[in-house]
Amino acid sequence: MGNAKPETGAFFPRDRSLHPKAFTPDYKTSVVRSPQKALLSLNNTISEITGPVFGHKILGERDNDLILNFAKPGESALGERIIVHGRVLDERGRGVSGALLEFWQANAGGRYRHAKEGYIAPLDPNFGGCGRTITDDDGTYSLRTVKPGPYPWPNGVNDWRPSHIHFSVFGHGFAQRLITQMYFEGDPLIPLCPIARTITDQAALDQLIAPLDMANTIPMDARAFKFDIVLRGRRSTLFENRMEGN
Amino acid sequence: MAQQLNHLRETASQTAGPYVHIGCVPNFSGISGVYDEDLGIAMVNEKTAGERIVIEGRVLDGTGTPLKDALIEIWQADSQGLYNSPSEMRGTADPNFTGWGRQAMDMSTGVFRFETVKPGRVPFLDGRLQAPHVSLWIVARGINLGLNTRMYFADEEAANAEDPVLVRIEHQVRVPTLMAARKGDTYHFDIYLQGESETIFFDI
Repeated sequence: MGNAKPETGAFFPRDRSLHPKAFTPDYKTSVVRSPQKALLSLNNTISEITGPVFGHKILGERDNDLILNFAKPGESALGERIIVHGRVLDERGRGVSGALLEFWQANAGGRYRHAKEGYIAPLDPNFGGCGRTITDDDGTYSLRTVKPGPYPWPNGVNDWRPSHIHFSVFGHGFAQRLITQMYFEGDPLIPLCPIARTITDQAALDQLIAPLDMANTIPMDARAFKFDIVLRGRRSTLFENRMEGN
Repeated sequence: MAQQLNHLRETASQTAGPYVHIGCVPNFSGISGVYDEDLGIAMVNEKTAGERIVIEGRVLDGTGTPLKDALIEIWQADSQGLYNSPSEMRGTADPNFTGWGRQAMDMSTGVFRFETVKPGRVPFLDGRLQAPHVSLWIVARGINLGLNTRMYFADEEAANAEDPVLVRIEHQVRVPTLMAARKGDTYHFDIYLQGESETIFFDI
């Protein structure tokens, strides 16, 4: 969390228009898993504005290096070597320090290392598919991996997921908790994907697409993609009602 | 022309998908050797203060089928009503209690299980005390944006009756969907995503 004073203001109300709706029938699994009654609005109490923090000490040296963190000594994962980097910000534009990012993905052939996975593409013995990191004081982070492959999935008879990396993000409060997916610039599968299309706000979907970043590409080694993540902002506590009452 | 607010827009959510275990509980999913242990598995240790309890339950879809691929995180105060968070200004929480837990559903039964302590009461915005409660966040394949709800303790009748959140719920007939029933040291809490007994979910 750096040296910044902890904040205690309520989070900005969530703009639900940019998020996918719960009931999105083109993504079939959502049909019986979507609440149908109205959500109950709850002003943030201390239960929502607080949240766990994770110190850098939980991290191992290779936690953010998916090319090596599951590989046998001297070997590495197969595929296009890439770096994904960016900042975690809040809606005020401030960097979020100490944010825990966890990521997971398919291997370069589009295959996940998971008991429920049935795609015929082979596992890579040197690729596990998980990683994590914690943002620096200004919210920056980076990871190294191989570009995940697209893969078919049982929804429509011929639906394919675009290449994507899943991100789970912890900010400073439980109300900021977010899971999302990062897509890659120029992937023609994005506009065809029923999961990407659960987001109907085009600008919000564009915000999930990481551009190629040649400036941060390492010559003769790995291309870079830039992916910034924005969490909910929070109010200044300057004139906030005191927690113990007025 | 007025100045611009220049607020950024929150990153949109996407479903956690069927393989959320790989990223959030890799050891549970069979990927060992990357992390020593999965985060959030242990909330308590032998020195944790307070009454030990177990929270057990399921997440059921609109057909009554338990989800076997969901992931739940919980967040709660310690036994004295303090959160283990830098934003907690009222005191220092029990250092032997994380307040945060994460569990995947059992892949064959769909049951989740947290070993924790019973939380103390924390204040509402106006200073009134809330009844003891646990905040939950549920993600899974088919859930496009994580669902927030709360679990209250059915045996805290007096506190529940004056809880500032519970008393203002218009449809009081739905309040029991937030109540966990006690049997021994275990509180049972089933979460219904749809149907007549749909759990109350919050926009927090």
